[in-house]
Amino acid sequence: MLRDITIGQYYQTDSVMHRLDPRTKIVLTFVYILSLFVFENPAVYAVAALFLIIEIILSAIPLLYMVRGLKPVVFLLAFTVVVNLFFTGGQELVSFWIFRITIEGIKRSAYLMGRLIFLVLASNLMTLTTAPVSLTNALEYLMKPLKIFRVPVHEVAMMMSIALRFIPILVDETNKIMKAQIARGADFESGNIIKKTKSLIPVIIPLFVSAFRRANNLAQAMEARCYNGGEGRTRLNPLKYRRADIVAYVLLVIYAVLIVFMGCFLFRVIPIAV
Amino acid sequence: MQKDNTLIELNKDIPILEAKHLVYEYRTAAAKLIRAVYDVSFNIWPGEFIGLIGHTGSGKSTLLQLLTALEEPDSGTVYFKGQDIFEKKYDRKKLRGKVGLVFQYPEHQLFAETVFADVCFGPLNMGVDRKQAELTAYDTIKKVGLEDECFYKSPFDLSGGQKRRAAIAGVLAMKPEVLILDEPTAGLDPKGRDDLLDMIASLREDAGMTIILVSHSMEDVARYAERIMVMNKGKLLLDDTVSAVFMHQSELKSAGLAVPEVMEIMTALSSSGMPVRDDIFTTDDAAEEILRVLREYRVI
Repeated sequence: MLRDITIGQYYQTDSVMHRLDPRTKIVLTFVYILSLFVFENPAVYAVAALFLIIEIILSAIPLLYMVRGLKPVVFLLAFTVVVNLFFTGGQELVSFWIFRITIEGIKRSAYLMGRLIFLVLASNLMTLTTAPVSLTNALEYLMKPLKIFRVPVHEVAMMMSIALRFIPILVDETNKIMKAQIARGADFESGNIIKKTKSLIPVIIPLFVSAFRRANNLAQAMEARCYNGGEGRTRLNPLKYRRADIVAYVLLVIYAVLIVFMGCFLFRVIPIAV
Repeated sequence: MQKDNTLIELNKDIPILEAKHLVYEYRTAAAKLIRAVYDVSFNIWPGEFIGLIGHTGSGKSTLLQLLTALEEPDSGTVYFKGQDIFEKKYDRKKLRGKVGLVFQYPEHQLFAETVFADVCFGPLNMGVDRKQAELTAYDTIKKVGLEDECFYKSPFDLSGGQKRRAAIAGVLAMKPEVLILDEPTAGLDPKGRDDLLDMIASLREDAGMTIILVSHSMEDVARYAERIMVMNKGKLLLDDTVSAVFMHQSELKSAGLAVPEVMEIMTALSSSGMPVRDDIFTTDDAAEEILRVLREYRVI
C-alpha cells in the first residue's frame, strides 16, 4: 500500500547545516548545481566532490541515509551511463556487434554519472536538513523582487506550504479509507485496467469529501484569525542571517571563484589526461 | 439460501478467533523500532462480548487489523475457526466478510449516492447476487435503526449518529460472525451512545454474533462486555472477566486507564467505613447496593 511516500523528507537532528538559514541553503544548492553544469573537467569535479563531502559531514546525516536517497534515480543513472558508454563516437577501444566503447564515451558517462549523483545528493541534502515549511518561507523571501511584476508571492508561498502540509495527511487518510473498503471486501488488485480504475471510486469519493471538509475547516480557522493575505503581514519568527550564514556565503563565493578559475585556466595550464 | 436472523451455528469447541504470539513491528522515519503489537495471544469463543481497551497508541487498532488480515504480522498468526488466515491459499476476502471490522470514522467508508447503495457494497463484493444483496441491505438498515427516509438519502447528508449506523450496516450486511467495532461511540451524545450500544448488544442476543468492542469508556465496556482485554504498549496486559480486570486498579492506572467512576466512588465509600461491596461498576447496581446498605442499617 501507499506507505513509502516521502515528500517532506526532513531528517530531524541538530547540525551546522540544519541551523543555517533556509535562504542560504537554497542559494547554496542553486549555485552548486549550476557549478556542476558549467565545466567538464576532472579538477572541477574533484572540488565539487570535496565541497559536497564537507556539506554532508556538517549535516550530521548518516551516509547510508544519503546513499539511500539515490535509489529513485538508479535506473536513470544506469540508462545514461549505458547510452553514453556505447553510443559516443571517437577513438575506438573495444567493439562488438553494434556496440563500440570509445575513450570519449567513457569520459562522457563518467562526467554524466558524477553530475547526476552530485545533483541528487546536493538537493536531497537541502530537503533533508530543511523542514518543508521553512523552505517555502525562504522561497517567499527570495521571490520578493517579483512583487514588482505583481506576482502574489506571499499567496503562492502560502499555498505551497499548505499543500506540502496536507500531503502526509492525505496519504494517511487514503490508507485508512483503503483499509476500510478492503474490510468491506473491496478488491483493488485483480481485474483489467477498467475494473481496477472503477474499484478506486469507493476510495476517491471519501478522500475528496474529506479533503474539501479539511480545506473548508482550515479556511474558516484562518478567517477566524483575520487572515487576509500578505498585505501588511508581519512574522512571528522572521528569517535572520547569522554569522554562520555569512561564513557560508563567503565559502560559497570562494568555491565559485575556485570552480571558475579551474574550469577556465587550470585545465589549460596543467592538462590532466583521463 | 440463508434466511435473515438465522442463528449463527455455534461450535463451542474451537475458538472462533485465536491469536498466537502476534508480533507487529515497524520503523519510523528516524529508523526507530516501534513494537505496535508484541507477543499477543488469546482465544475468543463464539458468542462472547469482549471489551478491548487501551490508551492511544497501545496497539489496539493494529491488533484489529491483524485479526482481519488487513496487516500481516511479523511473526505469530491468527486462526479463524482453526484455520490459519495468513496461509498463502487462505481466502482473506471471505474472511473479512466473516470477521466484520467497522472503523472509527464512518467518513472513511461511506461513498455511494444513497445509503441503500452503500450498504449493498459489502454483500456485492462477497459475491452475493444483486437481488439478495438488496434484500439483506434493506433488513440491515432496518435493524440498525435508521428511519425509512434515510434509505435514499446521500450518506453525506446524515447526522453523525446516523452515519455511524449506516457504516455499521455496511459491515453487518455481509453477515459477519464476528463484529469488531473501533470506538463506535466516539463523538455521540449520551442518548445516541446508549441506543447504539443497545443495538449492538441485541445483535449478539438475536443472532449469536461474537462482538469485540473497542472503547475508551470504561462505563460502556463495564456495562455491556463480559470479558475485558487491556492493551498496554503493544502487550496484552490483562485478559479476564470485567470484575476481575477492574480489581487491578493500580495496573490500569499505570496503563493510563481509569476504572469506572462508579467503582471509584464505591471504593471510596467502603474505605471510609460504609460496608458496601466495591466490585460494582454500573450506576444502577451501585444505587441498589447503597440502598441495600442504608436499609440494612435502618438509615432509611
